[in-house]
Amino acid sequence: MDLRLEGQFNDNVIVTSLDYFINWARLSALWPMTFGLACCAIEMMATGASRYDWDRFGMIPRASPRQSDLMIVAGTVTLKMSSRVKKLYDQMAEPRYVIAMGCCATSGGPYWQHGYHVLKGVDRVIPVDVYVPGCPPRPESLLEGVMSLQEKIRHQTIAKVG
Amino acid sequence: MSMTPQEIFDTLQARFGDAIIDFTDNLEPWIRVKPESVAEVCAYLHDDDALQFESLMCLSGVDYEAHMTVVYHLSSSSHRHRIALKAEVPRDNPHVPTVEQVWKIANWHEREAYDMFGIVFDGHSDLRRILCPDDWEGYPLRKDYQVQEYYRGIKVEV
Repeated sequence: MDLRLEGQFNDNVIVTSLDYFINWARLSALWPMTFGLACCAIEMMATGASRYDWDRFGMIPRASPRQSDLMIVAGTVTLKMSSRVKKLYDQMAEPRYVIAMGCCATSGGPYWQHGYHVLKGVDRVIPVDVYVPGCPPRPESLLEGVMSLQEKIRHQTIAKVG
Repeated sequence: MSMTPQEIFDTLQARFGDAIIDFTDNLEPWIRVKPESVAEVCAYLHDDDALQFESLMCLSGVDYEAHMTVVYHLSSSSHRHRIALKAEVPRDNPHVPTVEQVWKIANWHEREAYDMFGIVFDGHSDLRRILCPDDWEGYPLRKDYQVQEYYRGIKVEV
C-alpha cells in the first residue's frame, strides 16, 4: 500500500469478502411468505408476534410469493394443496429457502399411515432447507430453525447460490 | 306441540303407506324409508304444520358392506322434536333423490356423501366432489377403498 494512503481511511473502509457480505445481507433480511396450513400456523403467528418477535432477525412476513425469499410450510400439506405449494414456490424469486415446520410438513406426521389425502412430506414437491420437528413446534423451535437456516446461508458462496 | 317419534312414524305411515318401512325406538329413534320416496317424505316433514322439521342437522352416508345407507337427522325448533330417517341403497348402484329443494344445506352435505361414498343424488344441481380433488379416484370412506398409488405423479402412500 502506498504509504501516503496509510491511516487515511481508518474508520471509513471495511475490508471483507464478497461472499461474507452477500450472505450477511441475505440472512439478515429473510422475508417469509405467510403460509399457514394448519395448527402450526398458530405457532408461526406466535413466533411473529411481540413475545418471540422474529422481527429481530429482520424477518418481515409478506403476503405475496414474489416478495419473499423464505417459505415456511406451517402445517399439513394435502395432495390437493401440493400443486398450489409447488406453484407458489415457483413464483418466489431466487435465492429462495424453505423451512418445513412440524411433523406434517416434514413427513406427513400423524397422517403417515392412513392419511390417504396427505402428502408424506413437502420435500416430495419442493426442496427443503430446514426441517423443524414438533406437533406443532414451539416458537423456540421455529426460531432455532430460522437460526439454522441463517447458519446455512452464512456458509454459502455466490458461486453456488442461484 | 311436540310429537313423539312413534307419533311421527304413525303420521308418515298413514300418509305414505309402503314407502315407510319400519321404526326403531332407541336413544336416537329412526325411521326406515324407501330411497325413491325420500324427497316426498322430506318435503312433507318440512312443510306439514304439525311436523315442521325446519332443520336438516346432518346428512351422512354409511357403508354397511351389505348395502349403503343415507341418514338424515332432522330437527324442529318450532315443535322441539327430532327424528332420523334412513334410506338403504344398493352398494353397486347407489341412487337417492336429492333433498336440496327442501333444505338448501343438503347441497353441500350431499356433495360430501357423494365425494366419500359415491352415492349419487338424483336431481342435485351441482354434484361435484367437495373435499377431494376433482380428479381423485375412488370413494375414500367405502370399506373396500383402495388408495391410488399415484396422484398427478406424486406417490400417495409411503
